Amino acid sequence: MSDLVTVTIDGVEVTVPQGTLVVDAAKMIDNDIPVFCYHPKLKPVGMCRMCLVEIGVPMRDRATGEVLRNEDGSVRLNFGRGLQTACTVVVSDGMVVRTATQPVKDAREAVIEFLLTSHPLDCPICDKGGECPLQNLTMRYGRGESRFDFSNKILLDKHVPLGELIYLDRQRCIQCARCIRFQDEVVDDPVIDFHNRGRRLEIVTLSEPGFDSYWSGNTTDICPVGALTTADFRFGARPWELTSVASVCTHCPVGCNTTLDTRREAIAGGRSVIKRVMPRQNEWVNEIWICDKGRFVHHYADAPTRLKQPLVRKNGQLVEASWDEALDLVAGKLQQHKTAVAGLAGDRLSNEDLYLFQKLFREGLGSNNIDLANRRLAGGDVVAQVGLASGSNLKELGAGDAVLVVATDLHEEAPVWWLRVKQAAERGAVVVVANLRPTRLDKFATHRLHYAPGEALSTIRQLVNLAKVEMETADSDPLAAAADALIKAKNMVVFYGSEGLTYEETDALARLLANLLLVKNGEGHVGRPNNGLIPVWPHSNTQGAWDMGVHPAFAPGYKPVSEPGLRATDIYAGVADGSLKALFVIGADPVGDGLMADRGQLDFLVVQELFMTKTAELADVVLPAQSWAEREGTFTTGERRVQRYYMAIPPIGDSRPDWQILAQINERVGLGKPAFAASLVFNEIAKVVPQYKGMDYRSLARVEKQWPDVGGEDLYYGGTAHENRSGLGQQWACVAESATVERFDVAEQPVIARDGLQLVRVAALYTSGTLIEQSPVLHHRMARPTIQLAHADATALGLADDDRAEVTVNSVTYETAVRVNEQVPAGLVLLSGVPYIAGLTTAQIRKLETAVAQPTGD
Amino acid sequence: MAHILLRHRDIENIHELDVYLAHGGYEGLKKALSIQPDEVIEVVKKSGLRGRGGAGFPTGIKWGFIPKGPGEKYVIINTDESETGTFKDRELVEKNPHQVIEGALIAAYAIGARTIYNYFRGEYMDAAYRFEEALKACYERGLLGQNILGSDFSCDFYCHYGAGAYICGEETALINSLMGNLGQPWSKPPFPAIEGLYGKPTVVNNTETLANVPPILVNGPEWYTSMGTEKSPGVKIVCMSGHVERPGNYEVEMGVTYRQLIEMAGGMRNGRKFKALLPSGGSGPVITEEALDAPMTYEGLTPYGSVMGSSSVIVMDETTDMVWAALKMVHFFRHESCGKCTPCREGTFWMEKVLSRIYHGYGTERDLQILESVANQIGGRCLCALGDFAVNPVLSTIRHFFDEYKAKVSGAGQKQQATRETAVATAD
Amino acid sequence: MALIAEKYAEEIEGILKRFPDKKSAVLPLMHLAQQAYGHMSREAMQEVADILEISPTHVLALSGFYSLYYEEPVGKYVLEICNDLACALRGADEFVEMVCHKLGVPVDGTTADGLFTVKTVMCLGACDRAPMLQCNLKFEEHLDEEKFDQLIARLRAEAESGKEEPSVVEKIMAYAKS
Ligand SMILES: Cc1cc2nc3c(=O)[nH]c(=O)nc-3n(C[C@H](O)[C@H](O)[C@H](O)COP(=O)(O)O)c2cc1C
Ligand code: SF4
Ligand code: FES
Repeated sequence: MSDLVTVTIDGVEVTVPQGTLVVDAAKMIDNDIPVFCYHPKLKPVGMCRMCLVEIGVPMRDRATGEVLRNEDGSVRLNFGRGLQTACTVVVSDGMVVRTATQPVKDAREAVIEFLLTSHPLDCPICDKGGECPLQNLTMRYGRGESRFDFSNKILLDKHVPLGELIYLDRQRCIQCARCIRFQDEVVDDPVIDFHNRGRRLEIVTLSEPGFDSYWSGNTTDICPVGALTTADFRFGARPWELTSVASVCTHCPVGCNTTLDTRREAIAGGRSVIKRVMPRQNEWVNEIWICDKGRFVHHYADAPTRLKQPLVRKNGQLVEASWDEALDLVAGKLQQHKTAVAGLAGDRLSNEDLYLFQKLFREGLGSNNIDLANRRLAGGDVVAQVGLASGSNLKELGAGDAVLVVATDLHEEAPVWWLRVKQAAERGAVVVVANLRPTRLDKFATHRLHYAPGEALSTIRQLVNLAKVEMETADSDPLAAAADALIKAKNMVVFYGSEGLTYEETDALARLLANLLLVKNGEGHVGRPNNGLIPVWPHSNTQGAWDMGVHPAFAPGYKPVSEPGLRATDIYAGVADGSLKALFVIGADPVGDGLMADRGQLDFLVVQELFMTKTAELADVVLPAQSWAEREGTFTTGERRVQRYYMAIPPIGDSRPDWQILAQINERVGLGKPAFAASLVFNEIAKVVPQYKGMDYRSLARVEKQWPDVGGEDLYYGGTAHENRSGLGQQWACVAESATVERFDVAEQPVIARDGLQLVRVAALYTSGTLIEQSPVLHHRMARPTIQLAHADATALGLADDDRAEVTVNSVTYETAVRVNEQVPAGLVLLSGVPYIAGLTTAQIRKLETAVAQPTGD
Repeated sequence: MAHILLRHRDIENIHELDVYLAHGGYEGLKKALSIQPDEVIEVVKKSGLRGRGGAGFPTGIKWGFIPKGPGEKYVIINTDESETGTFKDRELVEKNPHQVIEGALIAAYAIGARTIYNYFRGEYMDAAYRFEEALKACYERGLLGQNILGSDFSCDFYCHYGAGAYICGEETALINSLMGNLGQPWSKPPFPAIEGLYGKPTVVNNTETLANVPPILVNGPEWYTSMGTEKSPGVKIVCMSGHVERPGNYEVEMGVTYRQLIEMAGGMRNGRKFKALLPSGGSGPVITEEALDAPMTYEGLTPYGSVMGSSSVIVMDETTDMVWAALKMVHFFRHESCGKCTPCREGTFWMEKVLSRIYHGYGTERDLQILESVANQIGGRCLCALGDFAVNPVLSTIRHFFDEYKAKVSGAGQKQQATRETAVATAD
Repeated sequence: MALIAEKYAEEIEGILKRFPDKKSAVLPLMHLAQQAYGHMSREAMQEVADILEISPTHVLALSGFYSLYYEEPVGKYVLEICNDLACALRGADEFVEMVCHKLGVPVDGTTADGLFTVKTVMCLGACDRAPMLQCNLKFEEHLDEEKFDQLIARLRAEAESGKEEPSVVEKIMAYAKS
């Protein structure tokens, strides 16, 4: 049987894959059958009845199965008893669909009229007005007059907070259940549902906090009316006043494509500000979803606390100075201390920034003392060899494929990757999770390997050893079973993170996992699409930092340097003991993160930042940088996709883009004329970094038609996602795609005897940080310091649920809430809501007797 | 003639297992177990038994849709019985439970199911004790559980109780409800026979349908087709209610006329004149005098634009205000609309508003047009049949009793403006 | 709170055994919860959700969907009178009026002593015995004013005596034990 079928829609023949819905088949030939409840990312339910069409199938002789024909030779069609929903009917060969007949027109008009009987006519003040499918389809198919007696309208509550992030207008809801189905089917957070029945159906939540989901904002996009709105955008602007600028999310290594919708605001003195962040379709990266962090954290760009002027310390005080004065001072001081300088960068900076930063040190100052301020995950060099091959799309993983996820909680660290792995599992992929403890991915995993504290590497080593081609039947050993399932897979993708591991251990882990991918069962699992290694980097551009050579041992493009410089930990030591004289910190806050105690014996500290961080407070010069929204640049995702973002709002104060500041310093230390555009810096990168060869801002901006077609010109997916007109990015090819990669040597890691309760710091999406702190909408959701432990362990410490405790780790003390959680393995304490802590530590926990006032959570 | 379904009326205490057994109980099951499942299906097909839940789908054919081979399958008995004017299944489960159990066991054997659920409407808990007792007795005597009657056939049987929702009588809504979901129907396909309870092939049969099965097995399909008419063979319980002298259930051969049914029920109450009747509870179109001699069969009312349905006959005499009756029914469907699909959710609401206006004397000619137009906008466009049901009482009363509507809307103009608000408010 | 987990432990265990999926037990457990808590309070919903490991929002959704669950407190005896078409043809509407008048409450109202709540409902499958009602799910049929008075007197006496007969829900759910 062929897997294509041919159908005729309004006289136009179209051949589509078997299983295609009539509505999608029509869309492929630009026949827009109107819909409300249907959404191509959700299972069809056929409930709004907007898509009713006439559907005929060829009649067959019962006995022979032969197609019956009319006298004129045409096929006899059976159009059934009436109209059918195009969103639920699957195409079949010879099917004939009519979408423009009188009965179809009548049905559309009727559904629109019905929906409007209960819909308020408040379009002039509705957030969705202008991009509202109901409004659009009413204009197109409605009857143009109302027969419903206005006094019969039921007045319902129009301002129902489903939580503090999402508001419901009960009257506007047309009961299409897109939001409920999204929360249930797509993200498995069924925290909203319909209450009552019939005309009284209304969306409710009982979760605590209300609408408790990292994905809640997406429901406001897919809501076809203005029933669901976000707290920070509702009544904020009319869609047609907005200017949309393509961007990329800066909060995790997934690199979700976004759109910044901006408008000039009176309260901002006529400045353009970001009114909202919406997903921009990129089926390779985030499809049409973003997490709430990506949607709501943007407010930091407009925070009143942004730095606006260069500051120079005079008489002990930081005072405003001109750019020239500040830059001359920085260049002079750095050159003065040439042999005793170091640079620390944050991994949220763009490739252009990071490239010029390392250039300053390597070429300008002749120093390799350059590193990420908070380097926690190793293996960039391994990834360069066996990373996820270019041309990959996680959406294609399914039955017969495998995903291994080690030492990370994807739901908290990279939500969209969690979603994509979950969906791969739902499509039938083998999913193996290996971690110290259960995470939210466990529910969807086929194999769960919970190793004991300290046994991460030995477990993975065993897994790799067991993954042999010749192994046929797996015995009952879960490790062997997992190994067997992995190695038999057609495609294999491996994610790894740093939960509970030291930096050195993550390096060994990356190498072990690379060896697993290199096991040859047929073709091996490197160098071809949908195979390879994905590091769960802590930030949005850690990958770019590796690529750009922000590393003491690698120059741009992974060229090993002959004399590696100091690593971040050594730099902090050098600051303390005086062996370093000048330090340049850019986009990072080592003091605030507890990595650096103070400015130690430094003669000169320069900080380039958005905000007056703890580190900046100690600086001699503070250089005000621009946020990502004010400038352009590129980030490289954990899948090694280089993506462009664009300038959306004008600069705050006298701030400048990081790359420009660096270019101007570079000029002052003798590196020649500064580049005057980010694109030119990128061109230089493309010359220097072999992996980026052939890329430029134009190639990164390339787009192609995506399926499903949801962001385009039609009248009914409106608002659900922005069409991608500004670039899908480019994945760079790893070594394995063109050459053979040898197995990696793995350094033995010292085994540390572990006794007593072991404490591991686990990630939480909304953990306090420089940027998130500046976004008041999320304050209520911030992860507060919390420990979770099993009942027996809690009892042994005299702790119970809801107690408060004092937890000391590496001589830092946190006051935490206590959660007893039977999911936590015995002997383990999970600490969340605090900055990253590497490896495992023996926990020192003390119960706090006096109940400390709880945050009221208003 | 002795009863075939309402046997308790002839035999005292037939709800007790011993009594049931003493009167040939479970002989049908024994007969079934002695032949192949396919043969059982064949017998039921030959008998011409059609679904008594209202839709009249041939029962044997329905069983035949269940895929053969291993794998979980289910039989569900539909005792949701919430249609206005329907109370036949209640009498069966209350008074003659074993015959239903036996029928369900035969169905389970025929399709290869190992679990049967009886879905009672929640309000029938007070009518279910004997059914629960009967199940207990069956378990004790090896009629349920492992290796029933020493055969290879094993089957469990559980009761489940809804919580007040007419829509849960619709088979997919029922299945959703049984799975703990909102009791809303799903858009078919998939049909329950392929993907039903827990995604497994499932037969949903009405209680009365299954009560017919044991005697068919015992007496053979020819015996069954010798009763009733050719296309609608067998017997049927008719629920007579409304303005008759002796409302109640009557077991009749298919094909009796509606006039005969009224006579059976003691004629019109207080000797009043017949006006109209609803042949299928609230969900079928109303019929008048002209149709009284039509046979009660699946086809008999087609010429009169109506249906036999579940044969719940609500009789109305000359004193009945037909606009009021229509309003009552529309109120029912508005109340019971699950809300999943637009035309039913919004349309029943709108119809009730307009009808209420008309009934209370505040309607206009235009309202009458709107009412008819809205009803036509609902029909044929809903996800399940409830929406179509809701339209029937409206369109059929407009058709047969247009004068009464006319009278209500003439000269109502002035009153309307002043008190419309209050009039409308009473409708909720 | 855990009112039903203990009180109806055996019933719950039996009910759970009936289904391959725990979620299926939600309606029976809600019946028990309503019995124990008096109405479907938020605590009742939470307890059912906890036992079945489903979201409390889902339990809320169900309690709104099905008409037998009461989200607001009700009287000790809920009198659900059918005044659907078939019953109304036999005087149900007048019967409702009489009841409301006697008890001095409107439809959906509860008497001041907290004993009786009057509700009107759709067809209960007793059209041949109209007027009729269900009192805490128990059928009371062939009613007239006199029989209604007797019913009320009986219920008042029962309430005063403090003797608790097992309810219909309890009697039915008890079958799940064996
Ligand atoms: C709104 C609606 C309500 C229904 N209610 C019932 C019911 O209460 N009892 C019943 O047996 N069938 C009811 N049905 C019919 C069922 O969907 C289904 O057709 C029937 O249970 C099949 O059994 P049968 O083939 O034995 O008749 C209803 C259908 C609809 C659309
Ligand atoms: S027709 Fe009515 S009951 Fe049926 S699905 Fe639609 S809303 Fe629900
Ligand atoms: S019914 Fe098809 S789009 Fe809603």
